[in-house]
Amino acid sequence: MNILVCMKQVPQKDAPLKLNDTAAWIREDVSYEVNEPDAYALEEALRQKEKHGGEVTVITAGPARAQQVLREALAKGADRAIHLEDSVFVGLDASNTARAFATAIKDESFDLIFTGLQSDDYGYAQTGVILAELLGWPHATIIMQIEKTDGGIRVKRELEAGYFQFVDMPLPAVLTIQSGINKLRYATLIGIKQAKNKPLRKVALAEVQSVVGANLQKIERLYVPQKTKNTEFLEGPPGEVAKKLVEKLRNQARVL
Amino acid sequence: MPDTILVIAEQREGKLNRVSWETLTAGQALAADTGWTLEAAVAGGSVGDFARELAAKSVANVYAAESPKLDPYTPDAFAAALKQLIESKQPKLVLLPHTYQVRDFVPKLATAMGRTVISDCVGYKKEGDRLLFTRQMFQGKLAADVSFACDAPWFVTLQNGAFRGDQVETGGSAAPVETFTPEIADGAIRNKPLEVFKEAKQAVDLTQADIIVAVGRGIKEQKNIDLAKQLAEALGGELAASRPICDSGWLPMDRQIGSSGQTVAPKLYLALGISGAIQHIVGMKGARTIVAVNKDSEAPIFEIADYAVVGNLFDIVPPLIEEVKKAKAGS
Repeated sequence: MNILVCMKQVPQKDAPLKLNDTAAWIREDVSYEVNEPDAYALEEALRQKEKHGGEVTVITAGPARAQQVLREALAKGADRAIHLEDSVFVGLDASNTARAFATAIKDESFDLIFTGLQSDDYGYAQTGVILAELLGWPHATIIMQIEKTDGGIRVKRELEAGYFQFVDMPLPAVLTIQSGINKLRYATLIGIKQAKNKPLRKVALAEVQSVVGANLQKIERLYVPQKTKNTEFLEGPPGEVAKKLVEKLRNQARVL
Repeated sequence: MPDTILVIAEQREGKLNRVSWETLTAGQALAADTGWTLEAAVAGGSVGDFARELAAKSVANVYAAESPKLDPYTPDAFAAALKQLIESKQPKLVLLPHTYQVRDFVPKLATAMGRTVISDCVGYKKEGDRLLFTRQMFQGKLAADVSFACDAPWFVTLQNGAFRGDQVETGGSAAPVETFTPEIADGAIRNKPLEVFKEAKQAVDLTQADIIVAVGRGIKEQKNIDLAKQLAEALGGELAASRPICDSGWLPMDRQIGSSGQTVAPKLYLALGISGAIQHIVGMKGARTIVAVNKDSEAPIFEIADYAVVGNLFDIVPPLIEEVKKAKAGS
């Protein structure tokens, strides 16, 4: 099974975020990490390769720093990487990103394309579904299990409130992968060494320029959310805080 | 002719998904603010009853998009059917709830129409003639006001709980219901869905708990969960968790609170070491009193907390257990 995993580099979960001068984006001087759902997507691809053979290719669209995500993926066992390298990708929406990916892979033949179900920075949950539509492939989202069948694959879709659904699908297909589908592996030292020799193809913006256009939506402003709640912060040594909290819960909130 | 807002309601397992009322409330508010006409639609195998339920609310027209090919739900069928409906009725704005099903088809639908979706919105702003849609970014740390830079139709999905379903206005008389029959080609549907099922037997129903103590990644190790358990017991409440704790197998899936787990609205919700990621918050923001304990003063959970403690939960929880026991003993 030849699998492509679309991965994104996002600010670290606990990175303190500051608005840039125009307040239309954040200041980029933060630490970055792989988008967590994409790490699960990669892990799932590696497991499918271990079971069924084939190759795992990883792709990302982003500035030079995003290469780190690809290097880590190669170190974990991916075979090839593709980097659409340009900082302009940071500001492009899901539609543009999906079009760029589709163009970058037009000469490849994958059986499956995985994305994480959404990114931790934008949180749109769209790129995978858009990519499927552009490629004319079937898709399924929020996937917790993938089994190979005679006719293609059987996937387990996660629904709300603890419900699930199996779906039979033909290949090729796009799947968006849910966190927790598996347990993430660590890259081994050997893996890290081997990663250096694995192919990493760079795709310049010029190669996908024809399909990338202005975003169809615009972030007019970014801001610290306005609080609608009157949060009472309880301060002091732990013993005191505990007393205060119980007193508030009893007398103010009346839940004790 | 004024522009139209089309609310697409969701039906599942023989009922209208109640989140549809929230979407309709949003549609009514937008219609009032813009002067646009509000219409609603529902798609499925046989949706006349659902359409009539919608028609009882304050809405100008309801469309029942019906076809046996729309049952069971598949993204191919729904995207095809709704594309035809939208091309026929030409709404300016299409509103949907941000459910797992909508996420599965609306980006496909919008792309097929050469358009875009602003998803998981928590509100909107009207600035002069411009409509901006507010959504959370960076897991709730920042908010963004987003505008459309393209022609209609505009697609917007709304976060669970962003609007009040119980505030939807009823109409004076029933709105007209029109059946719309989409053409869905044989072979257009590529997925074959099987039965929807619940995974494990639900050992605990968190929706019935008055008091919930929930743990997140801040609990650090599985063995530390016992501390939260003791607090839950002292309070007479139930133990719950955010998704990563359940993914790690530290607590069973039926303890999960959030978009994939339970949605709860207890009298008291104590969030210990939970950052407040959107997927968790949608499952508990309706709690009457929210207490949050987290080391990180910037954690988004503090935006919705009534009482906040910025500190180490391992320092706070032990004396808290003692104080709770004392209070309960004294009363």
